[in-house]
Amino acid sequence: MHIKEEQVERHVLAVLVDNEAGILARIAGMFTARGYNIESLTVADISADHAISRITIATNGPPHVIEQIIAQLDRLVPVHSVRDLTEAGPHVQRELALVKVAGKGENRIEAMRLADVYRARVVDATTESFVFEITGAPDKIQTFVGLMREVGLVEVGRTGVVAIGRGPDSA
Amino acid sequence: MAEKSGAEILVQTLLDLGVDTVFGYPGGAVLPIYDALYDHPKIKHILVRHEQAATHAAEGYARSTGKPGVVLVTSGPGATNAVTGITDALMDSIPMVVITGQVATNLIGSDAFQEADTVGITRHCTKHNYLVKQPSDLAGTLNEAFHIATEGRPGPVVVDIPKNVQVAEAEFRSHNGKVNSRYQPQVDGDFKAINEAAEMIMQAKAPILYTGGGIINSGPKASETLRELAKLLGAPVTSTLMGLGAFPAASEQWLGMLGMHGTYEANMAMNRADLVVCLGARFDDRITGRIDAFSPNSKKIHVDIDRSSVNKTIRVDLPVIGDVGRVMEQLLAVLKGRKFSAPDYEEWWARIKGWRATNCLDYPESKTEIMPQEAIRKLWDATHERHPIITTEVGQHQMWAAQHFDFEKPNKWLTSGGLGTMGYGLPAAIGAQLGDPDALVIDIAGEASIQMNIQELGTASQYRLPVKIFILNNEYMGMVRQWQELTYESRYSNSYSDSLPDFIKLAESYGWTGILIEDPADLEAGIQKMLETDGPVLVDCRVAKLANCFPMIPSGAAHTEMLLTPEDVKGTMDDNAKALV
Repeated sequence: MHIKEEQVERHVLAVLVDNEAGILARIAGMFTARGYNIESLTVADISADHAISRITIATNGPPHVIEQIIAQLDRLVPVHSVRDLTEAGPHVQRELALVKVAGKGENRIEAMRLADVYRARVVDATTESFVFEITGAPDKIQTFVGLMREVGLVEVGRTGVVAIGRGPDSA
Repeated sequence: MAEKSGAEILVQTLLDLGVDTVFGYPGGAVLPIYDALYDHPKIKHILVRHEQAATHAAEGYARSTGKPGVVLVTSGPGATNAVTGITDALMDSIPMVVITGQVATNLIGSDAFQEADTVGITRHCTKHNYLVKQPSDLAGTLNEAFHIATEGRPGPVVVDIPKNVQVAEAEFRSHNGKVNSRYQPQVDGDFKAINEAAEMIMQAKAPILYTGGGIINSGPKASETLRELAKLLGAPVTSTLMGLGAFPAASEQWLGMLGMHGTYEANMAMNRADLVVCLGARFDDRITGRIDAFSPNSKKIHVDIDRSSVNKTIRVDLPVIGDVGRVMEQLLAVLKGRKFSAPDYEEWWARIKGWRATNCLDYPESKTEIMPQEAIRKLWDATHERHPIITTEVGQHQMWAAQHFDFEKPNKWLTSGGLGTMGYGLPAAIGAQLGDPDALVIDIAGEASIQMNIQELGTASQYRLPVKIFILNNEYMGMVRQWQELTYESRYSNSYSDSLPDFIKLAESYGWTGILIEDPADLEAGIQKMLETDGPVLVDCRVAKLANCFPMIPSGAAHTEMLLTPEDVKGTMDDNAKALV
């Protein structure tokens, strides 16, 4: 007997929650308990009184699983709303990465050139290293990090995706 | 405003919320609460013998009265022992509030004595949970906890209270049960969806009502509405295990339970129907059998208060989110408004009559052994006029009780359906008896299950509860043995109940009356003696050891592939079937 796997699609969800103790564990735990995937998850409070946090979750699964993920999130008591940005239409996705490269000579020059092409900013420099700050959609970051591997990548930190719908309406 | 201690605030808030019964067990981290209870005789505290039993007793109380069950246990082992019952309540949507003691806030995280991360451990087996860090938060939190436990799809809520929060003081203002909660589930069905449902019903030629525990949870009025709706429709009615009693078994329209051990006619009707109206049920795997063969030619309407139940296992054509009782009322109003008069579904009923003719619940008779099915039928004969509350443990006896004990009213059937918890029945019976002291409460048990919470014999003795236990003793974990017979070539690995106690002496040692029934000829007299004996009675009824529970849909099979008798069992199961639950 073999275990079958289904075709999956990627969705980005915007979840508004009460900013209370344990909320992140509640959400992350629900994903593991029900066998759902988290590609990335970001959270920060967004209201003036710090009462509401916005969680952006990039997840993947077959369509019926995505539907369940949204319903399961929505029934958690501290969750106010769940919006499937992928389903809702045009939206902007951004991620920030800090990328450290070390090296001398031609590699150092090449790293600088590539950073320029990808509009990465230098936020720290020594005679043998740079730290670049790059912002963009996840695939742009992915590509940039891939290129940096060839010119002396030391370490990388990524924020995970935040996303927001285009146009005047709120999620 | 006067200041009160956290423990005082807790007890006062419980009183404000109308709580009169608490099931619990004291310990270090709840001593301040127990001390506060000492001054409040209005709250009856039932001292159980194990915290798991406190949760099941609270479930039994809740399921039979419709009120939330309340549990009070200490930190660490008190809380972890309660986890099974909390999970059980989550799976069966039982309203319950569990108050757990916790080590003082300054000790949390230090691996203190009897410390456990109760909020972490119960996060996924509660509807919601709280750690209360200030006594001033207690009243508001408890009010919200009761609101969440009882509104929408009911479920268990844990409130973890550190010991210093119980001792510290805060100003107390009574909420009097008023909550301004962020949790407001949708109760009324969407008008457009109700109209669409009415449209689908009006076009159906072979409709069936598939009802579940949601109707019981919605309250006795929902059962009345179901009866009215069924009468208007003239359609057949079947139910899940949890929904038994919502529709009277004596009705001509009743097909019996559906699913794995449901009746042939209920499962065939589900398979052949052109419209399935699911009312407060959730297409559980015990109901559907093989998913791709489940009711293949029907349109499906799903009424559920929990949106996440919709399209979870079976895709439906029309979801209606709302309280099932309310939605049925709305549906009735629309159907009546449209002057709906049901066709007599002559052809549909003729087919159902054909399936009924298999008499699928028949069982072989014996003059030498007591057949377990016979024992249940005789129990029903002797008691049904008193509308007893029946609780069960989990296994063959549970399914036989569901098949052979007919219910006419809701809130009379208490069983662990979703989680399937052995050891549920005795504490649940205790809880039900406390909820209705005059009721006849019988735990139909197996000799293996009853041992999982046998210590509760003492609780019934202490509170003089006239609970009856009727053990179908076949000296096997019967359902495990049955699956081993059907799936694993009768290799009975660890399913024999060895070293059984003498149940009669055990009962007597707790102050109960014990009755042994061994001979089929003594069955009726034994049952009569049980009913005539005041106080708690345990009956050890020795039944046929190798009887199997039929009909049965084997693992991984469709509704149409039921095994009706032992003769239908052929060969062994393949790996795909073995891997299913």
